[in-house]
Amino acid sequence: MQRTSFDDYCPPRSSDPVTMTTLPEATTDNELRIIEDATCTFCGCVCDDIDLHVKGHQIVKAQRACVLGTAWFLNHEIEDRPACLIDGQPATVDAGIERAAQILGNARYPLTYGLSDTTTESQRIAVSISDWIGGCVDTTTSVCHGPSGMAFQGVGEVTASLGEVRNRGDMIIFWGSNPAESHPRHFTKYSLMPKGMFLPGGRKDRTCVIVDVRKTKSTKAADIFLQIKPRKDFEALWTLRALARGLELDAQKVEDETGVPLSVWQDLMERMKKARFGVIFFGMGLTMTRGKHANSEALLLLTRDMNRYTRFVCKPNRGHGNVTGADNVVSWRTGYPFAVNLGRGFPRFNPGEYTASDVLARGEADAALIIASDPMANFSQPARDHLASIPYVALDPKETPTTRQAAVAFTVATYGINVPGTVYRMDDVPIPLRPAFDSPFPSDLEILKGIERRVRTIVRERV
Amino acid sequence: MVNMETFILIPGRTSNQGCGISEGKFGPTYQAEIHRLLMAPVDMQRLEIASGQRVRLRSEHGQVDVAAEPAKGDELPSGLLFIAYGDLSSRLMGGDTHGSGMPTSKGIDVTLEVLPTLPLV
Ligand code: SF4
Repeated sequence: MQRTSFDDYCPPRSSDPVTMTTLPEATTDNELRIIEDATCTFCGCVCDDIDLHVKGHQIVKAQRACVLGTAWFLNHEIEDRPACLIDGQPATVDAGIERAAQILGNARYPLTYGLSDTTTESQRIAVSISDWIGGCVDTTTSVCHGPSGMAFQGVGEVTASLGEVRNRGDMIIFWGSNPAESHPRHFTKYSLMPKGMFLPGGRKDRTCVIVDVRKTKSTKAADIFLQIKPRKDFEALWTLRALARGLELDAQKVEDETGVPLSVWQDLMERMKKARFGVIFFGMGLTMTRGKHANSEALLLLTRDMNRYTRFVCKPNRGHGNVTGADNVVSWRTGYPFAVNLGRGFPRFNPGEYTASDVLARGEADAALIIASDPMANFSQPARDHLASIPYVALDPKETPTTRQAAVAFTVATYGINVPGTVYRMDDVPIPLRPAFDSPFPSDLEILKGIERRVRTIVRERV
Repeated sequence: MVNMETFILIPGRTSNQGCGISEGKFGPTYQAEIHRLLMAPVDMQRLEIASGQRVRLRSEHGQVDVAAEPAKGDELPSGLLFIAYGDLSSRLMGGDTHGSGMPTSKGIDVTLEVLPTLPLV
């Protein structure tokens, strides 16, 4: 049975938890099927023009996908693994849901984390669970563009959709971002190569500037490359801000601080002023390094400064396929994009206090629900040590260091390949998913709905 | 004499690492990519490090041993190291986020020690 609608994956609520036996059999036919305009969710570009060639449970070709998209589509066949492991032992999905609900429903300071590689429909349920259990909800945003999120709240964001960039952007700046490796179709689909409505010459009509501490693979695409000193983004951005305001600067100091001569910054500023529609895409080179939210804030303010002269916008290059969806869903459920604590029955926001990295590194959480992310590979050692010491539930299509140590690990169907739903592109545009083939594994949504139903009862009984 | 020097480490994404995530994190592509340190060729020459030789990186928060390889052309300036995000880069990160929620994951001060090559048995 080919599941086509959201309801097929999310049966109406009943008191029965989801079981593997209620799920339809996977298709076994070996006929070649073409899924047109499928959506790739590997990175924030969320390309929705991929033609998938599907044979049974295998995608054999992903037309128009980049190297990352191809690896994503061609490596998500159905794996021979149990749908659920409890303490490393195969178990039924029902038993897993029960155990997960007991862990989360009886915890005093539970943490929900991840969410950037699942559908917005699942994200919504994950926030509900956090609300029922009175825990923290945080997403992978906190360790990618969380600092930018803080800066947005501080000074706002002058922004645009990728469609506007494609049709209007004649000066494209990448700051601390390497799309050639992280978002391979960024240049060709949105920012550099396309012939736009107001840029009939395509690449010829655009100027590309890259600012980074090293010559990344992206720099080959640049007309101008500025190699700044490591950890000097803040100083470099404020140099440009000063030039935008017409302030006199000491040439020697500027070069000593930023590693780039003042004349080069002045030349860049003149070009920025002359642009008709300037765009700054910024990456984790800015947010993960010394200065963090102060760096992002400086870039947002520079963008605002430039609007005295011309139209200028900026946009973080978001990594995961639906990390932008996670920001949106957590915002419309709680009022804040990440780092939210629901322990008092109302949302409180405080990065540094309620962010997953901190809650774990300080040894505070006593249970966790990890959805579609891998903190056991990416978090600091103190955070990983604490996570390993508490019972936690993990949902992931693949085996990861996080699923290996989980008290309850669910193997789930892959969003976009097996599961429909909605994701948000990095410019906050919602895009529907068009799955390629059915999976015998449950979706995140099914598991989370099962946990939510059970947790509600446990919490009510406790009260 | 111990060959030791301070560097700034930049962990980051690579397309090989991205493909490796899809293939599976315990697979060869991902594992090879996150266990490979890139250095400026001039730094390798100065410290007499052969391609593939193991070096020890120490930060304020941890230490790891990793094989060093020369970066292509002038991709990396002298004094900078690059490694794909993963287990090793995380071991060198501190838990403190300075109130931001984000540990300092790029631009980490490290000391690099050249490890002796083991004689072939
Ligand atoms: S650019 Fe990103 S979304 Fe587009 S095909 Fe490549 S990995 Fe997928």
